[in-house]
Amino acid sequence: MITVMSPISRGFHRRRQDPGENAGRIPPGQYLVKDFPVLSAGPTPHTALDQWSFSVSRGDRQKTWTWDEFRALPSQDVTVDIHCVTKWSKLDTAWQGVSVDTLLAEAGQDGPFAMAHCDGGYTTNLPVADLTGGQAWVAYAYGGQPLEPEHGGPARLLVPHLYFWKSAKWVRSLELRDTNDPGFWENYGYHIYGDPWREQRYAGD
Amino acid sequence: MDVLDALDGNAIGGLLHEVFGTEMTGAGSVCGHCGDARPVAELVVYLQAPGTVVRCRTCANVLMAFVRAHGRTCVDLQGLAALG
Amino acid sequence: MARAALRGRLTWQVARVSAVSGETAAVKTITLDMPDWPEHQAGQHLDVRLTAEDGYVAERSYSIASAPGEPVAITVERLDDGEVSPYLTDELRPGDDLELRGPIGGYFVWGPGDGGPLLLLAGGSGIVPLRAILRHRERTGSEVPVRLLYSSRSLDDVIYQGELGRPAAGVEVIHTLTRHQPAGWAGYARRVDAALLGEVAWPAAAMPLAYVCGPTSFVEAASQALVQAGYPPLRVKTERFGATGGT
Repeated sequence: MITVMSPISRGFHRRRQDPGENAGRIPPGQYLVKDFPVLSAGPTPHTALDQWSFSVSRGDRQKTWTWDEFRALPSQDVTVDIHCVTKWSKLDTAWQGVSVDTLLAEAGQDGPFAMAHCDGGYTTNLPVADLTGGQAWVAYAYGGQPLEPEHGGPARLLVPHLYFWKSAKWVRSLELRDTNDPGFWENYGYHIYGDPWREQRYAGD
Repeated sequence: MDVLDALDGNAIGGLLHEVFGTEMTGAGSVCGHCGDARPVAELVVYLQAPGTVVRCRTCANVLMAFVRAHGRTCVDLQGLAALG
Repeated sequence: MARAALRGRLTWQVARVSAVSGETAAVKTITLDMPDWPEHQAGQHLDVRLTAEDGYVAERSYSIASAPGEPVAITVERLDDGEVSPYLTDELRPGDDLELRGPIGGYFVWGPGDGGPLLLLAGGSGIVPLRAILRHRERTGSEVPVRLLYSSRSLDDVIYQGELGRPAAGVEVIHTLTRHQPAGWAGYARRVDAALLGEVAWPAAAMPLAYVCGPTSFVEAASQALVQAGYPPLRVKTERFGATGGT
């Protein structure tokens, strides 16, 4: 296939913020945004809190929390930078959530890999080593407000050290597994791990 | 993003032409999950995600997914029972 | 033959902007000089691709505003938080290059052979492909009766106002202004709903062909109302523009 150079569109540039002193916090190929883009692969689920539950499972062993039980767990306020594979990065985002360390300890379960399952059918896979040690939360508030459905509410996974497609919206369970099976985007060619600092966007990167 | 904000198959006319080599928005589609049949132009399209996802208008099942990476387009049509 | 525009390779080509003209405060029509353009069909669109100096690429689709045989033109509404539309409406000048591919689409198209009577429902910038259909109808001398129902926020937002104010014989244009109406306005002043369509649309018994275009919420409401009024779904063609301003 012959690739012809596209003409430069005179005066066109992406909508971006100058990172200034924050340049070191932006992974390669990313640009800074001030807004919070909403990207979705499907309709926004709207799950009522009295219908919501969250589970940690391994095989046929499962620990489940209702919304009230989940909210009674110890939670943390965290401020983190987030990086989307579509190249936008947002710094100093403030969340409130339950650490995955807490959830796994409460569930008394362990395993090498996890598949996150979400309302609407979305899935993503992660090594448990990347969900523990204070690296991940199930977040239910953003910017001091309850997490809106378009951003993944009632609760989403928050794993800021990986590309944000791993921070699965509308998360309902973590299924612990022995194998690192690909989730939704990973199946279509996105990277199985997704480290923004090594620019692991697609399989083979 | 709601079904009320999503696009339809018209919006991926160029992508489909690129992938299939011909105009496809008028082609018939059949959902492999619920059997809903309609022109590709009337399917629900989500363009903004890491890839392009096309869903059944009736049951929301993923019918087609397109991911562009390293100069290639990965196409998944497994959700379709029929196309053409 | 128009069919030729649907097959064969769809390649990116570089067009030259020949004119940029204002339609409303936020809307411009860009006329293009195409090096190699198969005649398009009324209702089709083209894809525009912009490349920044740092290699960043953005692609968008725009409906073709002109009829087959006229100089190719697109009409673009500037979205305040848009990345591409403000460039096209505010920066682009005659003489600039614009990379595009097309024409695209074979479903949301009309030609005289498709008959009528035609019901055209436009929400905001959804008027663009419908205007191409109207111009094509006039240029071909078609006598198919047309009713165009065009929903806009206010009179100032009505695109192609002059042209639509002088419709061709056999074309009725009905406006509804959903947010602001001028003093003395005697027309519709609300969003399109089943009752409004009941007054304006051709009865289903006339076997009409409907084209509905605009923001997704507009298209959903209007097309569902038509089907409920007895229009066969296959006779209601839809093109959704997403959650943009529109009406």
